[in-house]
This record gives sequence, structure tokens and C-alpha cells, in this order.
Amino acid sequence: MKTKTFEGLVDFAILSMKYKTRLTKKFENRKHYVDPNSNHILSVIPGTVVEIFVKVGDTIKAGESIMVLEAMKMMNQILMPHDGKIKAIHVVEGNKIPKNHLMIEVE
Amino acid sequence: MSLKKHILDLRKRKEQVQMGGGEKAIEKQVASGKMTARDRVLALVDKNSFTEYDLFVEHEARDFGMDKMQLHGDGVIIGTGTIYGAPICIFAQDFTVAGGSLGLMHARKITKIMDHALKMRVPLIGINDSGGARIQEGVNSLAGYGEIFYRNTLASGVIPQISVILGPCAGGAVYSPALTDFVFVVDQISKMFITGPGVIKSVLGEEISMEALGGARVHAEITGNAHFFAMSEAECIEQIKKLITFIPWNNNKKAKVFPPKMPKFTGNIEDLIPADPKQPYDVRDVIRAIVDDSDFFEIQELWAANIIIGFGRLNGETVGFVANQPLVLAGVLDCDSSDKAARFIRYCDAFNIPIVTLEDMPGYLPGVDQEHAGVIRHGAKVLYAYSEATVPKITVILRKAYGGGYIAMNSRHLGADFMFAWPMAEIAVMGPEGAANIIFKKEIEEAEDPDKMRQLKVLEYKEKFANPFVAAAKGYIDSVIEPSETRELLLHAIEVSAHKDDHRPAKKHGIPPF
Repeated sequence: MKTKTFEGLVDFAILSMKYKTRLTKKFENRKHYVDPNSNHILSVIPGTVVEIFVKVGDTIKAGESIMVLEAMKMMNQILMPHDGKIKAIHVVEGNKIPKNHLMIEVE
Repeated sequence: MSLKKHILDLRKRKEQVQMGGGEKAIEKQVASGKMTARDRVLALVDKNSFTEYDLFVEHEARDFGMDKMQLHGDGVIIGTGTIYGAPICIFAQDFTVAGGSLGLMHARKITKIMDHALKMRVPLIGINDSGGARIQEGVNSLAGYGEIFYRNTLASGVIPQISVILGPCAGGAVYSPALTDFVFVVDQISKMFITGPGVIKSVLGEEISMEALGGARVHAEITGNAHFFAMSEAECIEQIKKLITFIPWNNNKKAKVFPPKMPKFTGNIEDLIPADPKQPYDVRDVIRAIVDDSDFFEIQELWAANIIIGFGRLNGETVGFVANQPLVLAGVLDCDSSDKAARFIRYCDAFNIPIVTLEDMPGYLPGVDQEHAGVIRHGAKVLYAYSEATVPKITVILRKAYGGGYIAMNSRHLGADFMFAWPMAEIAVMGPEGAANIIFKKEIEEAEDPDKMRQLKVLEYKEKFANPFVAAAKGYIDSVIEPSETRELLLHAIEVSAHKDDHRPAKKHGIPPF
């Protein structure tokens, strides 16, 4: 008797071995790792941009509040991660943004 | 009133209340493709076995004009009945009555039948079809949910708890099903989420349909919250009835024993598996070749399909199967498959169901996404569940048992009672290629033809180490067996472990890596 054949098989490497197998949707859609850029200020929670205190070109000290992101009925202060200059602002007041959205670039 | 009149009056009252939200609301329910709560209950239990309680319960809410509203049965049916003769307690939310919303008396009815189920030590089935908390009743609704969750937790591992989602089940309401053992969903009908599309839209501006957010398929395939997926309510009801035949009434009993049947499979079991460990096969074919009547009842079929779990019978006795599935992701353990297997192992252990593990896996899945998702913690659940389980535990290594996977999949070292291996089993720290590359690094690099040397060394490693006999020589494997002997040996193992008496140190409870 011949063993069954299956459709949709791909090569799948685990360590040094390559297996013939199917993938899952979840595996195929997994996010690839990107090194975080400390100059990119991303939203850690989905919410609404309520107020922006800075403009492009401003020099800001670490720890100063640069904007307010309202989420879960809370006004979250977004702080400057390190001393630097505001390079670009990608949101305007009133924007509803998802998680991990690039809000502000600093340098 | 004469006695006859009293009886006629009772019948009239009953008829009225049994109409739930009235004809119009029932028409609407049916038009949306759903059965009524009463029809669901009657379809599920044995004919003429259903007895209802608290039919005449009324709510006591006074605010927001509620004092003028009559809600029959307060939107939920509770009672007792039997399924294939097995006693059960059941509640079914009635969407035709105020959208099945949960108020204080509604919750009281549910907790009453839960208390009864726990006291009587019989399974509890909850049919959920509710718009959520009855807002007019305020904190009383929240109290009701909390009291249900508390009882779900107390009953966990004592009586089987089954949740059937046949309508919306949103917000706090979803946590009762999440605390129960098995969740059933039906395509297009079941909807489960913590925050609905409305909230998501107002917060994020993202539009998503209820179906795409928390429909039956989402929970059966992506989240793993559902255990059984059906295309219709009728199919769902058949699934529930079948599940009831496989499980015991409570944790002091064993599942009902059925007359033994030979598998329908008549071929050679070894023909189901390619000799090349890199080629896949469907491990469910192997399970079907082993179990009575080739009847394997799979759980969570669509989620984390790289591991297979479910019930089958051996000599008429219910057995839980855990099997790596080489057909999907090569059968690796990852976050989801570990979670799926571990919970099932704990279920079997709680309800006196022996566990048979069929092993063929290359190890844990490598990757940043897995590491960052906490594969260490999730993977540890499998080790915890197997080590903790005191039911008979039998492992058959079909082909590969590499590295951490060898340890995790119910190895001798985690307390397996019987360890069998097929002769082509490869038990090793890693696959022969990887091992040879490390052990013979120098020889391979210094050889005139490194590729040829590598091939030679891989072969050498395979012959010397990647086989079941090294582990058998240490007694880690009890028997290297012919594949055709598998069923007979499993029957024997189950038979001789019928009186297994194994204990763990007394404790309040362990701290599994949740």
C-alpha cells in the first residue's frame, strides 16, 4: 500500500532538518521582528490624540510631556524618551489611532 | 375553586409563561435562523425527560419603568433532564424575553441550577443567548455574573461544565463559558467578545463586523476559545450529546463503558506512516486505526492543528488522545498547541480518563514571535500537566522524539506508566543532521570532501543513536513494539492500570504556569 499524499505541503525548517508540512494561517500571518527604533514614538494603546504640546524643530528634555493620548477614559501623557529635537509629527489633534502607530519622530 | 379548576388554572399559567417573549418575539428569533430556548433544551435532552423549575419567577426591578414590565421566567429556562440516560442540569437563556438580558432573578435561577448540579454531582450545560447585562438593574446584573463565575470555578474539575453559545455572548457574559470545560459554537449564530464592534469603532474608528470580530469561526480557528464548531444548531446538539457519552458524570466516576468494537481500519498501521521522518502524514488516521469502531471524537479541530486532542474508546473505555500532527507545522509544540494539549491533559486527569500520547515531533517551534509570546511559559504547561496527572499515562513514540519534545510528550521522566516505541523511532537530543554537524564538526571541516563526510557522519549518528534502542537500554522505553501490536498493547496497558493509585504531595493547589 502506498502512503497517502497530501496537498498544500511546503518545506519547513526546524534547526537543520527540513520537513514537508502544511502551515497554519496564524503562522503565515505572524509578525516579523523589527528592532525598535528609540527615535520613533509609537502608541502603546489605541486611542485619540487630544493635545500636542510640541512642534517640529523644538528641543525637548527627556521626561517632558510632548502630547496627550486619551485611551480607556484616561489622559495618558506621552513623555520625551531622551533629550532631543522633534523631527516629525505624524498625527494631528483629534486623530484616532491604533496601537503601535508612529506618532512622533525625534532625533 | 374546585380542584379541577386549580389544575386548569395552573395549565393556563404555564402555557402563558412558556411562550417566553410572545409570538412576535418568537417569530423574530426563528426568522434569524435560531431555535427558541425551549426547543433547544427539548432537542438536547431525552424525550419526556425535561423538568423545569422556577417557571414563575419574576424580577423585582423597580427603576426605569421596569415595575410595569412582565418578563416571563425572567428570560431564562432552568431544569433537569437526561441525555442518553445520563442526568444533567441545564439552563438556557431566552433571547425572546428582553433579549435574554441578565438581571438579578435571571442570575438567581442560573446559580440555583448550578448549585443543584454541583450538589447532585451531575454535568451542567449552559445555553447562552443574551444581549448582556440588564442595564436597568445596574449593579445587580454585575453581581449576578460574578456569582455565576464563582460557581463555575467551584464546580471546575468536579462536574463537567459545557457552554453552548447560540447567540450573542458579550462583555462579562463571556467569562462564564471561558471558565467551563467545553465551549460549543455555531457558524453565523455564535458571537463572543469582550468589547463589541461599536466600542471598537468609537475608540479606534475601525469598522469590523460581529462575525469577523468574534464569530464562531474566529473562536474555533484563531482564539481557541471554542472547542466544537458546527454549521447548524442541529449539528451542535448532536455534538453535545456525543460528548456526554465520552465523559463521566463527575470526578468520582469513570465514563460509561460501551460494548467493545474492533476498529473499522483493516490495513497495516505502519503503511500510514512514511519511513522518511521529513515526510508528513495525518496522525488522525493512526488514531482511527487504533480506537474502537475507528471513532475518534476530535476537540479543537481547527485551532493549533499541529497537535491533535480528543476522545476515543479502547475496549469500550473512554481514552483521551494527545498526538503531534506532522501534517501541520511538522507537529511542533508552540504556544497555542502547548496550551491546547495541557488543558486537555488536565481535563482527562480531573475526570479519570486515561491518556494515550502518540509522539512524532521535531521539538519546540523556533522564532522571535514564539519566544516573545512566551513559549517558555506556555510550553511549561505541557510539562506541568503531564507531571501532575495521576490517571494512567501511556506513550507510543511513532517516529521522532527530539530534544525538549521528547521530555514534554509524556516521557518516562514525567511519570509515564507505559513507554512504547515503534522500531523506526528516533529518540535523540536533536535530528541526526544537527547532531552530526556539532559532534563531528572537526572531522567534517577537515575532510577533503566535507559534504560527503557530513553525510557519512549523519548516517553513523543515525545508526548509533537515533533509534529507540539507546533509550530502551536505559529502561526509559519499556518496549520496542511492532506497529501492528499497538492496539493490543494499549488495551492491555489500560486493563492492567485500572486500579492505578498514584498520589502527589498534599497541597492547597499547585501554581501551574497559566
